[in-house]
Amino acid sequence: MRQAGKLPLPSAPTAPARRPSGARPQWRAGSDLPERGAAPPPPLARRITAIHLPRFAMERWQRTLARRGDAPPEDIPQALATEGPHGPVIHSVNRAAEEAGVAAGARVVDMRALCPELRVDYANLAGDRAALDRLVLWARRWCPWTAADLSAPGPAAGGAAGLVMDTTGSDHLMGGEAAMLRAMEEQLSALGISAAPATAPTHGAAWALARHATPRSLCPPEALAQIVAPLPVAALRLAPQTVLLLQRLGLGRIGDLAAVPRISLARRFSRAPLTENPLLRLDQMMGRLAEPVGAGEDPPRFAVQSRLAEPVQDPTAWLPELCRELCGGLAAAGFGARRLMVSVYRTDGEVSSVSATTAMPSRDPDHLCRLFEGRLERIDPGFGFDLITLAAPAVENLAAIQTRLDRREDDGAELARLIDRLAARLGSGALRRPGPAPSHIPERAEAWGPALGHPKPATGPTPAAPRPLRLLYPPEELRVLYAVPEGPPAQFVWRRLTHRVARFAGPERIAPEWWRDRPGARLRDYYRVEDQNGRRFWIFREGILGDGRGHEPAWFLHGIFG
Amino acid sequence: MQSAPPAPKTHTEILRDRSRPERHEAQATLSEVFAETVIDAAPVGFVLARLGAVGKPILWIQDRLSRRETGRPCLAGLPEGTEILHLEVSRPLDALWAMEEGLRCPSLGAVIGEIWGDPAVLDFTATKRLVLRAEAHRVPAWLIRRAASASLSAARDRWRVKSLPALPEPDDLRAPGAPLWQAERFRSRWSRTGTWVARPETTGLILEHGIAANEAPAQQQRA
Repeated sequence: MRQAGKLPLPSAPTAPARRPSGARPQWRAGSDLPERGAAPPPPLARRITAIHLPRFAMERWQRTLARRGDAPPEDIPQALATEGPHGPVIHSVNRAAEEAGVAAGARVVDMRALCPELRVDYANLAGDRAALDRLVLWARRWCPWTAADLSAPGPAAGGAAGLVMDTTGSDHLMGGEAAMLRAMEEQLSALGISAAPATAPTHGAAWALARHATPRSLCPPEALAQIVAPLPVAALRLAPQTVLLLQRLGLGRIGDLAAVPRISLARRFSRAPLTENPLLRLDQMMGRLAEPVGAGEDPPRFAVQSRLAEPVQDPTAWLPELCRELCGGLAAAGFGARRLMVSVYRTDGEVSSVSATTAMPSRDPDHLCRLFEGRLERIDPGFGFDLITLAAPAVENLAAIQTRLDRREDDGAELARLIDRLAARLGSGALRRPGPAPSHIPERAEAWGPALGHPKPATGPTPAAPRPLRLLYPPEELRVLYAVPEGPPAQFVWRRLTHRVARFAGPERIAPEWWRDRPGARLRDYYRVEDQNGRRFWIFREGILGDGRGHEPAWFLHGIFG
Repeated sequence: MQSAPPAPKTHTEILRDRSRPERHEAQATLSEVFAETVIDAAPVGFVLARLGAVGKPILWIQDRLSRRETGRPCLAGLPEGTEILHLEVSRPLDALWAMEEGLRCPSLGAVIGEIWGDPAVLDFTATKRLVLRAEAHRVPAWLIRRAASASLSAARDRWRVKSLPALPEPDDLRAPGAPLWQAERFRSRWSRTGTWVARPETTGLILEHGIAANEAPAQQQRA
């Protein structure tokens, strides 16, 4: 450390961790922030906390299953796998599998040979990332400058994840750093997440201590060099091949690396990128190279409330004003609401709420107000309530757009409003927008998706024969009165009425889809038949005699022609 | 739920309108179609042919019994390019409310409601509201009634439709071809009442007198 200090320092000045310019901090620490124009604080003045979540992927998977009601047993080895270039690769393991010797990064077939009772499921990497982003917001309870730690090279081994937070000046709110780290570990374990936090003056040192030192390590600035010296070089957030190279050079510990003359390291690694450059990583760890914590913005929250002078029973009269106020806020921020929630706070301490969803982001106060028309009666007012809040829990960007030159309304927006009103009153499952789907089976050739949400454009095959106007779900079985060897039955009974087939067209043979159906599924021969009164039906025979897939084929009525 | 009623007409205007029934043929309004039998899909085909190509989505409302007894609309069987928004409700009151909401939206091509039986809420007042709203916003509305009796209603046109044996298929004498329906207009505000044989064409619905319709297929067969 002493030798290194005499060498020329990198040109980048040491800067304190700051928010990106333009961001408005929502929390101020009074005397911690330097005065504008004052001398920059000495290096190592910050306190960075890193939290290592060693089993994040596996614990999230276990929690998901437990919430569904089938929690996996702890004592059976379980692994999550991802697709590798030569077959699936272990991504994350539980404790039982770890004790059995299953290692992350190995191939699943090798580990099956080692541990035959190993259970394997596929990892959901995108879901893990989204869960980590939500956890970042949750973790802002300790410090507002919290971010997901993505500084390590490559995917985190073993399904691990990390958080990093700039806790300078916020530890005293939790009773000191030791108490804060203990609280972090406890509250995360209450969520079912095992965590190892550590605090150090730099991001690199905190990362290293959280992963390679005793739990809840604290590193004062003056002891930084002594504390990190015995840690392995893998604690420098280097790529595996660089770690291997350093070990072959005989540099196993960070102390060894720090003792090497700076000029030699600079010459050897001058062109290496950051994740393969031990000198830059060492500078980051020692605070000679700035590495601020870049915390993202909090998602915008939109909520308005109305305090009433005395308890009332009906919130209808206050809703238009609340909607107007909320939409003002949404318009100022350039957002539109996708979901709205009205909550009333009753005098007896209960809270009840009603929510509504929109098909397109909207900030039209009249429209949003009408979504609650006829639904506020479902709120149980009890003895009255004295506080009403209107919140938009889900918002989307909504730029002001002009679609027409004349001043009339856009057709799409009108339709979206209609969908909102119908779905708000009658339930989003009742209103559906059918579209074609890629299948030949008639009931699968149409996708009945909910009209709320973004419709997916799809195309289906064009049928060769005419299709009926109505389809019955499910097809209804016919009783054949008079069967003929070829073609449809001459007489059949459907809904206790006898129909005599006067004319027919067909058959149109539709084979089962072997990639979706059960193995025993039978083909269908469809006939278009007309009965003695001129009514036209679409009937089919399921299977043919002697196809080896069941007994005598049955007849069904599937559709009605106009 | 305030509808914007059209401006009241003077007596002169009403008399002038009566002298020109063709003006009203094209006007969007509420019409009712009664199915002769429950399992007949002829009213649906009749309504779709009567609407023609609307080019906008159709709001299709079914109550639970209509949906269970006569199935759902089949997308592949509808005329090319028809886009529907399907709403399934459990009470006739909800169906009427949804129809009124839909008629307020000018970006819909039509509103079709299927109501089973004779619910008490479907009275003269309810149909009058639908008529006023459809005419004010120029969105055609059709009520398809099954297992129902033609009681008091404000619908401008009331039809009774049933299937007739289809035209012969030109290439296959055993097969049914293009559909034919017997359509009876038994009550109308502006147009003639009577019974016709209806058949869908690419240009829309063609109404023919029964005798003329009987002759046409005979000529086709001779040709």
